[in-house]
Amino acid sequence: MSNNEKQPLVQVKDVCKYFHVGKNADLKAVDHVSFEIYKGETVGLVGESGCGKSTMGRCMIRLYEPTSGEVIYDGKDITKLTGAEKKEFCKKVQMIFQNPYASLNSRMTVKEIVGEGLREHGMPAKDADVKVQELLEIVGLNKDHMSRFPHEFSGGQRQRIGIARALSVDPDFIICDEPISALDVSVQAQVINMLKDLQSERGLTYLFIAHDLSVVKYISDRVIVMYLGTVVETAETEELYGNTLHPYTKALLSAIPEADPDRAKSNKRILIKGEIPSPINPKNCCRFAERCAYATDRCFNEMPKLREVKPGHKVACHLVEE
Amino acid sequence: MAENGNILEMKNVVYSFHTYGGEVKAVRDVSFEVRKGEILGIVGESGCGKSVTAQCIMRLNPEPPGFFEGGAIMFNGKNVLEMSKKELRKLRGEDIGFVFQDPMTSLNPTMRVGAQIEEVFLGRTDVTKQEVKEKALEIMKLVGISDVEKRYKQYPHELSGGMKQRVMIAIALVSRPGLVICDEPTTSLDVTIEAQILDLLLELREKLGMSIIMITHDLGVIARMCDRVIVMYGGKIVEKGTVQEIFYDTAHPYTKGLIGSIAKLDTRKGERLQSIEGTPPDLFFPPKGCPFAARCAYAMDVCKDEPPYQYRLSDEHSTNCWLQHEYAPDTDMKKKNAAAIEGKKEGEVKADE
Repeated sequence: MSNNEKQPLVQVKDVCKYFHVGKNADLKAVDHVSFEIYKGETVGLVGESGCGKSTMGRCMIRLYEPTSGEVIYDGKDITKLTGAEKKEFCKKVQMIFQNPYASLNSRMTVKEIVGEGLREHGMPAKDADVKVQELLEIVGLNKDHMSRFPHEFSGGQRQRIGIARALSVDPDFIICDEPISALDVSVQAQVINMLKDLQSERGLTYLFIAHDLSVVKYISDRVIVMYLGTVVETAETEELYGNTLHPYTKALLSAIPEADPDRAKSNKRILIKGEIPSPINPKNCCRFAERCAYATDRCFNEMPKLREVKPGHKVACHLVEE
Repeated sequence: MAENGNILEMKNVVYSFHTYGGEVKAVRDVSFEVRKGEILGIVGESGCGKSVTAQCIMRLNPEPPGFFEGGAIMFNGKNVLEMSKKELRKLRGEDIGFVFQDPMTSLNPTMRVGAQIEEVFLGRTDVTKQEVKEKALEIMKLVGISDVEKRYKQYPHELSGGMKQRVMIAIALVSRPGLVICDEPTTSLDVTIEAQILDLLLELREKLGMSIIMITHDLGVIARMCDRVIVMYGGKIVEKGTVQEIFYDTAHPYTKGLIGSIAKLDTRKGERLQSIEGTPPDLFFPPKGCPFAARCAYAMDVCKDEPPYQYRLSDEHSTNCWLQHEYAPDTDMKKKNAAAIEGKKEGEVKADE
């Protein structure tokens, strides 16, 4: 593992993921997406449902095979790993899933769920039990919970079990796919605080997939905004929220319901018309054009490229010219 | 309309469910009123009883297993609990509209959109088919559905999520009810669509002048929409007041925790979110005292044993919390002008007098 800050831990290069949905019909869930994630940082990936953010996350851990493109983890392309390398990769990269009710096997006890990865990687059952106990304590549960089944826990506790499972193999990189959106507000804060603590203790790198822009701002160092399978804007968090360039990001930010009545009632929102269009065989133009208030003819004819307009701030929009 | 301008009054409603595990006390002694033309927010976590409260109003909870243990619900001066089946039909069909949380599952997939909107008028003899259709088309236009003639003939699966929620609102509004209950109307929608729907509801309130009960767990939605707010926890109301009072002059530790636990856009990076430790109470065995006592940072001995009095802080603002008692220690939650208004008559409650 390189300690060099500038060495990216994960490089996503021109990844596409298409699903065949009929004759001559491709659902372009992820379309030519590229970005890097550096060691120790948290990258937020945001967008509306159907924008391809979860598919992107799943491509990075090989739950999906990308249609084309490369995902390079620590210098190796993960789409071309051999059997033994694959196993090693599974130890390095883990995932926390959105729905803690669906992502835990209801027929397994907590001990079996959390310890499954450990046993799979050859740890004797006795050692695994000790480790499971440690892990549960780290996430705020205790050893009495080991022999229980998932249905005996609340949503927040289940998400903690999911986090313990992800931590069991001592990964370096965790993909958090909407880890808090199924939880109650007061419990969300517990889980976010815990994720932050774990990061500072273990030097973890996170890809934080979410649709809640306030949470993403709070937890991320950098943010990537996706729309209909493409990246529309990416920048450091402060830069993105302070100096928003893409019309979609602007609209998305202004749509957040703010928990402050005076501000919420005076806030001028940029409403975007209509809804996210179908990702099946999209036109080869700016994907946001038909909902954009500033769209010109060029937007309907030419696909904008993701260009760096400031160091670290990239945006895909024809209207943003220096 | 009752003479005091309240369209709905809930009086000490207690609602429980029989289950195999015992009796679940979902709503425990809840009283509030809804005024004409206002938007009242009910906020709380899942399991706090907010949806059951709302469904009680129209008696939508299946009975059995649900049953009223006490209280009265006065709608326009008539008690809903004493209504005949026929009166209840009128209440559900004409007087109160209900927008459900999940438009994907609440619409009938086998019926065309137009037919679902018109369903309210089934069995009515005072309107002709043509008039009913006109009403349906008019309401569809009003809720912002474009190309209404085409949409009228479509099935729900042909519409997007936001469009389905607009249809739900159209169904709730077609008979021009005086009160609309929205149960988490935007939870399953994306933020940009959520913004559209919330704006639509505000606009419709202006145009039609109905009252809205807005049930949500999202304080952002409350801040944007509501005039007054009720905060519920463990089946009880813990605080109520105007939206300004709730956010800027918070008087209950739970409300404070709820507001502190959300990441706002101006929350600084290094700042820790204040989380509320622990989990909500088990309503099979509701705690004797304050439902929040077990998670409350300010909890005193009395909180665990005695249900708190209701303290009035201003005309609108009241809280159920022992911290407002005159003998309670001075904390940042204690308000100067608190006066106990309820609970003292409960005989055996001696607290610390």
